[in-house]
Amino acid sequence: MLTLTPYEAIDQALAEEMRRDPTVLMFGEGVATKRRALSDEFGGQRVRNTPLAEAIIAGTAVGAAATGLRPVVDLLFAPFLCYAMDAIVNSAGKLRYVSGGQFAFPLVTLAMTGGGWGVGAQHNHNVEAWFVHSPGLKVVMPSDAADFKGLLKTAIRDDNPVLFFVDLGLLHTPGEVPAGEFTVPLGQAAVRREGDDVTLVAYGKSVAACQQAARTLAEQGRAAEVIDLRTLKPLDEATILASVRKTGRLVLVHEASRPCGVGAEIAALVAEQAHDALKAPIVRVTGPDAPAPASFVLEQAFTPQADAIVAAVQRLLG
Amino acid sequence: MKPTHPYSDPVDQLARMLLVRAYEDRIAALAAAGPFPASCPSAGQEAAAVGVVSALGADDLILTNHRSAGHLLARGADPGRLLAEVMGRETGYCRGRSGSLHISAKELGVVLTSTIVGGELSLAPGVALARSLLGRPGIVTCFFGDGAACEGIFHESINLASVWNLPVLFVCENNEWQAYVHRRETMLTDSIAAHAAAYGVEGRSVDGNDVAAVHAAALAAAAQVRASGRPFLLEARTYRARGHLEPDDQSHVDAGELAHWQARDPIALARERLIAAGQLDLDGFARLGAEARARIDAAVEFAVQSPYPDPAELLANVYA
Ligand SMILES: Cc1ncc(C[n+]2csc(CCOP(=O)(O)OP(=O)(O)O)c2C)c(N)n1
Ligand SMILES: [Mg+2]
Repeated sequence: MLTLTPYEAIDQALAEEMRRDPTVLMFGEGVATKRRALSDEFGGQRVRNTPLAEAIIAGTAVGAAATGLRPVVDLLFAPFLCYAMDAIVNSAGKLRYVSGGQFAFPLVTLAMTGGGWGVGAQHNHNVEAWFVHSPGLKVVMPSDAADFKGLLKTAIRDDNPVLFFVDLGLLHTPGEVPAGEFTVPLGQAAVRREGDDVTLVAYGKSVAACQQAARTLAEQGRAAEVIDLRTLKPLDEATILASVRKTGRLVLVHEASRPCGVGAEIAALVAEQAHDALKAPIVRVTGPDAPAPASFVLEQAFTPQADAIVAAVQRLLG
Repeated sequence: MKPTHPYSDPVDQLARMLLVRAYEDRIAALAAAGPFPASCPSAGQEAAAVGVVSALGADDLILTNHRSAGHLLARGADPGRLLAEVMGRETGYCRGRSGSLHISAKELGVVLTSTIVGGELSLAPGVALARSLLGRPGIVTCFFGDGAACEGIFHESINLASVWNLPVLFVCENNEWQAYVHRRETMLTDSIAAHAAAYGVEGRSVDGNDVAAVHAAALAAAAQVRASGRPFLLEARTYRARGHLEPDDQSHVDAGELAHWQARDPIALARERLIAAGQLDLDGFARLGAEARARIDAAVEFAVQSPYPDPAELLANVYA
């Protein structure tokens, strides 16, 4: 095992995949400057700085992906995706289908989001559900260093466009990463902790909040199962449904706002397919329908915390 | 039938223009006769389409937009498969999933057609980057309208192509209209080619209704892109002879403007020139027109006889 931060794990995944496949390249605003080791090893053709123009960064990745390359683009902060939406949603997501299958779009878009750095609403906005709602795209949001590496390697090898969201609050938290070659499949959730009383489903740094809540609940004699989605699309429905059938109770946790969020989709899924197993209403613990604040105190209030999850479970269990 | 590329015989070029006109006339007639899927006609712009496409080599790629029939037919697309696509049939170039608005035909080098105005401009630099990095031959030609030149992505695209030395021939078909808005309402300049200079790119305007002039300008521009590996912006000044979408009575169009451009019909101009040069006579011209119409008759027959897609395959190709 190695001890790496997700930032370092991302660098390792990029370097390994670029070594493995000469068609992998990376570009974005400051990529060549900030990922020095990559630009030293792979040179200016494959590691590129771009003009400050997210729409054409994304469009160029999409055009290159359709005609033989495997681009990874760093769009920096998730709200900047708004400038890049057309290429990602209308071209990468649709032109395979629209063309009757003539093209594939193997590309990865990196974007940071989430509270923890006090950057405020125009840098911190958890928009992952927008892309879940758009056909033709895959969406990944890891919760620990090993998954950052393993999921990014798989995303680069995938023949579809993948939105890879990097939760800022995790970026510099060291974690254990297997030393050799490994990948983590897309579409496979991880059961981080087993339990019979309640299922907690989360992704990104909300997984850690659920783990902390589960420890507190354990002290109270309550066994929570914690599921880390890892991939939001395709969604690992089987793992969620199996857990709810076992526990009969479901709490959905994410930092993104509640309306039409990933939690709403999972609640509907469980209502449709495992309603008979439910012993209590489904509960969501999410960020509010509000722009993210900058002040540390407000950011903490905005972000789902372990005590709110514990309180939700206690209400469910009576 | 796939023509060889480039093709410089003016009679061949006129035959292609007549095929485009026959195709658009037939769609207009079908649309006027009853419910028919939406399509944006390229009638009046045949010289721009044929003049540029006939200047491209077999390895060159084309990105285009909603008004693409001229580009596709000039490249050798089968009108039967085009009409089948427009009519939502499985035999269409995109198996009926596109309809008229975003037809790609990878086998012809017509890739990634986007009907988001400016979408093709966002994709073109990446296509050129892939060709350069993979060492593949050929340049990338990107067709867009004067309306697309009002989108921010036009400026981002040409700037990136310049900064990264990408072999993109940008071709603006300035047809004076942007759906229901006249170009004069949207820009104070009369030259879209002039934008190129701001990005360190060479730009040139050409009479887009003169197929010989367009062809010569496109040959020179493509040669320059090939030799330099750098972009070029060619503006073809032309006119949208029919409405934005079929059917359309053109009641919003100034009659004087329409008459001015009707007197400059690209097919009539090419015909007169060839007759004056002794390369064609009226009988020959009539024959070319009849051949084109006969091909479209057969194409309609093929499309109408073609099966619709199987609803069981509704979800085919959402993901790779
Ligand atoms: C982003 C976007 N905005 C608006 C439209 C609707 N629309 C389709 S074609 C068109 C006019 C485009 O004008 P121009 O670029 O000059 O091309 P032309 O139609 O004249 O060939 C408009 C407004 C669209 N398809 N995409
Ligand atoms: Mg126009």
